[in-house]
Amino acid sequence: MTTPAATPPPKPLPQISPEMAPFFAAARRHELVVQRCGTCHTMRFPARAVCSQCLGRESEWVPVSGHGEVFSIAVMHQANHPAFAAEVPYAVVVVALDEGVRMLSNVVDCPVGDIRIGLPVEVTFDDVTPELTLPKFRPRRGA
Amino acid sequence: MSAHPLRGRAAIAGLGITPQGKVYGQGAVGFAVDAVRMALDDAGLERSDLDGLLLNPGLTWGDMGMGSFQLQQAMGLHNLRLSATMNLGGATAAAMIQHAAQTIAAGLCTTVACVFSDAPLKPPAPKGEKQSTGAAYAFARGWEAAYGFFGVNAMYALVAKRHMHLYGTTQDHLGMVAVAQRKWANRNPAAQLHDQALSLEDYRRSRWVVEPFHLFDCCLVSNGGLAVIVTSAERARNAKKPPVYLWGMGQGHLGGDAADTLASGAVIAKEPAFSMAGITLADVDVVELYDCYTFTVLVTLEDYGFCKKGEGGPFVAEHVTGPGGKLALNTGGGQLSSFYMWGMTPISEAVIQLRGEGGERQTPKHDVALVSGNGGVLSTHSTLVLSRLPA
Repeated sequence: MTTPAATPPPKPLPQISPEMAPFFAAARRHELVVQRCGTCHTMRFPARAVCSQCLGRESEWVPVSGHGEVFSIAVMHQANHPAFAAEVPYAVVVVALDEGVRMLSNVVDCPVGDIRIGLPVEVTFDDVTPELTLPKFRPRRGA
Repeated sequence: MSAHPLRGRAAIAGLGITPQGKVYGQGAVGFAVDAVRMALDDAGLERSDLDGLLLNPGLTWGDMGMGSFQLQQAMGLHNLRLSATMNLGGATAAAMIQHAAQTIAAGLCTTVACVFSDAPLKPPAPKGEKQSTGAAYAFARGWEAAYGFFGVNAMYALVAKRHMHLYGTTQDHLGMVAVAQRKWANRNPAAQLHDQALSLEDYRRSRWVVEPFHLFDCCLVSNGGLAVIVTSAERARNAKKPPVYLWGMGQGHLGGDAADTLASGAVIAKEPAFSMAGITLADVDVVELYDCYTFTVLVTLEDYGFCKKGEGGPFVAEHVTGPGGKLALNTGGGQLSSFYMWGMTPISEAVIQLRGEGGERQTPKHDVALVSGNGGVLSTHSTLVLSRLPA
């Protein structure tokens, strides 16, 4: 920083519902997991208490490859929270994982203008605080 | 084939539109009271004539329980036979009119006020701090805020981007929707952007909100209230203003992810509505489509069959939707250029056109209007076919 600036406020920490807690617990171990129905084995994300395919209540969290591609992108030009003011414009993406589920996230290590639908990506882990890690994605090398 | 028993049974007899936009000094309840009072005056009815009240609460009604009862108390209404607070987002307004019409046809009540109101805009701060007019819609859902994902604009942007990717819809296609509607608004003295011209160049130069949406792709979040009075066709004929008959109605709620379907529930709502009305698209003179975003208009045009799926962009690119074009679409300027009262915006303009009260923007032929409501992210949908002619 060449100019002194007030420290921006911290970014909002996710409000983690009980259903989503295993996802963030796995992220702290740098593992990407999604929920899988214990009855019909359909994978789903974000977490739900009940499977929308078979209405089964049993579920487990299973690791996924972390590979996928950008399914859609929204480039945010307004800071809806002051913590993001210094980052606009930034991209929020939906990643379609190879396992068939989609995940809202960010793409890192890539200029915003280079993020396009179909971009092959792989998971990376952003250790935001000692307690919180956010799975994010980066362009997949060699893809 | 015999006519549907509900065809033309109910009518809109009164319309009340409060001042819209940056209007302060009262909250959502106050705007609702004003809107109902104005709609009653418009119809030449008294408060005591109402025996039904349906409310679509805007965001600032918040968690107020039983909103329609709160409004009943605020207005001193007694002995109602129908009351409900309904929320299908932007599809609610038309759904309330459907509910009212069905209840009236069943003989359970006679005269229903359907109302939407909201007051999400705050007065300017004394020191002139700038506040986003859409702040109320920039909420985050749970953990998504950690990724910087805020607001309805961004949710729609993800879907619009898929449409552009799959069908080749361009930025200019979106812009042409905004430009055509602004031309209509320039003929509507009540439109908030009545005095501001908009060229495609202006559109391209306007600031981004969330790509692929520029400022002028997004609706004008507004303070205000809007109510209609629904009654039987017979009673409506005795009202002060000409009746607007309800010829057909339908709903469609697709479920799933709009980013996959890239479609609104119009694809299933239109069939029962057109069948009940006994019309085809060719019979429609005025089209008032829900337009929270320019993109919503493109998709809805496709889903009603004005063009094929994916061809909404090229369709508007032929400049067929502005004043003097082939299709009289969103003739008051819509939510993009006039005011945003959720599903009440397109309904109110249809009533104005069918009555012939459109002034400089009046369409020459105005027998039949098609109206859509859309809630969530293409999540809920409702259809009305309205006419100035009895069924």
